[in-house]
Amino acid sequence: MLQLECPVCGVLADETELVPGGEAHLQRAGPDSTDDAFADYLFTRANPRGVHFERWCHVYGCGKWFHAARDTATLEVFGTYSAQTTAPPDDIVAAIRARRPEWEGPA
Amino acid sequence: MAEAMTALGGAATEGAIRVAEAPPTGMIALRADLSTRAVGKAVKEATGIALPRALRIETAKDRSVAWMAPDEVLVFCPWEKAAGLAADLSEGLGDTPHLVADMSSARALIDLSGPGWREVLAKGTPVDLAPGAFGPGDFRRTRLGQVAVAIWASGPERAHLICFRSVAGFVFDWLSMAAARDSLPGLWR
Ligand SMILES: [Zn+2]
Repeated sequence: MLQLECPVCGVLADETELVPGGEAHLQRAGPDSTDDAFADYLFTRANPRGVHFERWCHVYGCGKWFHAARDTATLEVFGTYSAQTTAPPDDIVAAIRARRPEWEGPA
Repeated sequence: MAEAMTALGGAATEGAIRVAEAPPTGMIALRADLSTRAVGKAVKEATGIALPRALRIETAKDRSVAWMAPDEVLVFCPWEKAAGLAADLSEGLGDTPHLVADMSSARALIDLSGPGWREVLAKGTPVDLAPGAFGPGDFRRTRLGQVAVAIWASGPERAHLICFRSVAGFVFDWLSMAAARDSLPGLWR
C-alpha cells in the first residue's frame, strides 16, 4: 500500500484516493524539435529501478496535482512537493541523498 | 416553480445507525482563489461565515461553508434560499475572478445518526475516522466503496455524507448494508 501526503491539503492520502500521472519534470519538445525528440517526449520514459519522480493527483480529495519522489523498488517515499516547479526542490534532493548516498542525482 | 425532488425521495433505513436522505438542501459551489482577501470578505458578507480552514466546515444559523479545495468551497443553505444566496455571493465578488453556481440538484445529502457512524463509514473509506482524528467540524472529500464522497462530522453521534446524485442509490444501499444490525465491532463507543 502506497500513501502519499498531499502537499496541497495536507492529507496523508491512501493510494485509492490518488491517480498517477507518470514521470515528472518532462521537458516538452515543441514545434521546432525533430520528430525523434517529439517522439521521445511523447513515449520515452525513464522507468528506473530506484529513485523516481512522479506526478500524482489527489483526485478523490482536493483534486490537485502534486509531485512525489519515491523508490520504485522499495516504495519508500522521500517526499512530496508542489506541482508548480520544473525540478525537485533542494530539500527533496537532500532527503534522497540522505537515504541513497549512491544516487546519481536528478536527470 | 417545480417541486424539489431529492435523489432518493427521502429514503431511510434503520440498522445499527439510521441512514436517511436529508430533505432538499441548497448547495452552492463557489470556485475562486480562497487565499485572496476579497473572496473571504465576500463569503463572510453573504453567508455570515468566515472561510473555513482546509478540511473543515463552519456553520452559523442555517448555513454552512465547507472547504473543498484551495479554490473551492461548498455552501449549504435552506433549499429556497440557494438562488438568492448564489446571487449575493456573485455580486459580492464583483470583478474578482470567480464562479458561483447553484448546484443544489447535483448532489445527494445523506444523514447518519447514531454513535456507530464512524464504524459504518470505516468499512469503506481510507479516512482515519477514530474520534481523535476526525470530529465535529471536520469535512473530508474521499471515497466510499467505489465512488467519490465527502464526509461531514457535525456531532458525536451525527455525520453527513455528500455524493453525486447519479450514485446516490449505490451509496445509500452501501450505507444501509454496512449499517446492518450487530455488524459493528464497537471499538469507538
Ligand atoms: Zn489534497
